[in-house]
Amino acid sequence: MGARVWAWDYVVVGIAPIELDEPISDVDIAPEKPWVTLVWNDPVNLMSYVTYVFMTYFGYSKEKAQELMWDVHHEGRAVVSAGTREEMERDVTAMHSYGLWATMQKDD
Amino acid sequence: MAYGFRRTITGRISCRLEEPERAVLADLVGQLIGMVAPESKPEDVDPLAAMVGIDMSATRPEDPAVARLFPDAYLDDPAASDDFRRYTQRSLRSTKQANAQVVLDSLANSGDKIVLSDGQVQAWLGTFNDLRLVLGTRLGVTDEGHVIPEDLGSDDATFGLHHIYDWLTYLQESLIQAMTGLISEPPPNVE
Repeated sequence: MGARVWAWDYVVVGIAPIELDEPISDVDIAPEKPWVTLVWNDPVNLMSYVTYVFMTYFGYSKEKAQELMWDVHHEGRAVVSAGTREEMERDVTAMHSYGLWATMQKDD
Repeated sequence: MAYGFRRTITGRISCRLEEPERAVLADLVGQLIGMVAPESKPEDVDPLAAMVGIDMSATRPEDPAVARLFPDAYLDDPAASDDFRRYTQRSLRSTKQANAQVVLDSLANSGDKIVLSDGQVQAWLGTFNDLRLVLGTRLGVTDEGHVIPEDLGSDDATFGLHHIYDWLTYLQESLIQAMTGLISEPPPNVE
């Protein structure tokens, strides 16, 4: 029941509910972020372009964006975001509009 | 002389393309518009659905090059992928078409020196990427360091396309570098 106490505390001190995502353990986070967006390696998209897209769309730092780009490059794919199914539909659509090869799936 | 994109002293993004290069680019972009334009005719579409980007007839494009522009959203679930297309493909197509049109318009209104506004820069970047995805699929590019096959004769139908692909890669890379300073570095050694 720890999560409920947290939530109640936050409401009392007036902090936006979105803050709940951070301090609670992943047991609580998992049901809220059950979907992930994957970006797959492809031979056409430039490394600089993929980095640029991750920085521009997700707002990631250059370092984080490059790290993700290398993950895609070396591992063949990388999880670039997690959230609700609706959020992932938005992210996949955005990746497709940039021309990146992205798919979404339930995070098992 | 032609050169790729760079940032001018006043901070604008510009490049220099000679007339034959602009003609080639305009031709390619015109073909791209033909490929990405929404499939169903306006009179066949429910106007309310179209207004919010829904196209109940959207399916996986048969042409692999077009399919690369509109990939499946689910790896192992064709039904869910089809459903996703009905809600997204029409607006994706419209966006790509609008970007390509911006490029055509700036080519038509420019001489050798092309200077782009911020909005035009985004449209050019997206269009270069779409063109390279289409050409890369057509040419069967499988390697990031695209190398033109040595035994490919200049009479081969794809000979020119290989060179155009490399040229577009150079232009897109120079555009990203001018915009952001990012370059495609060779991969670091992985232990």
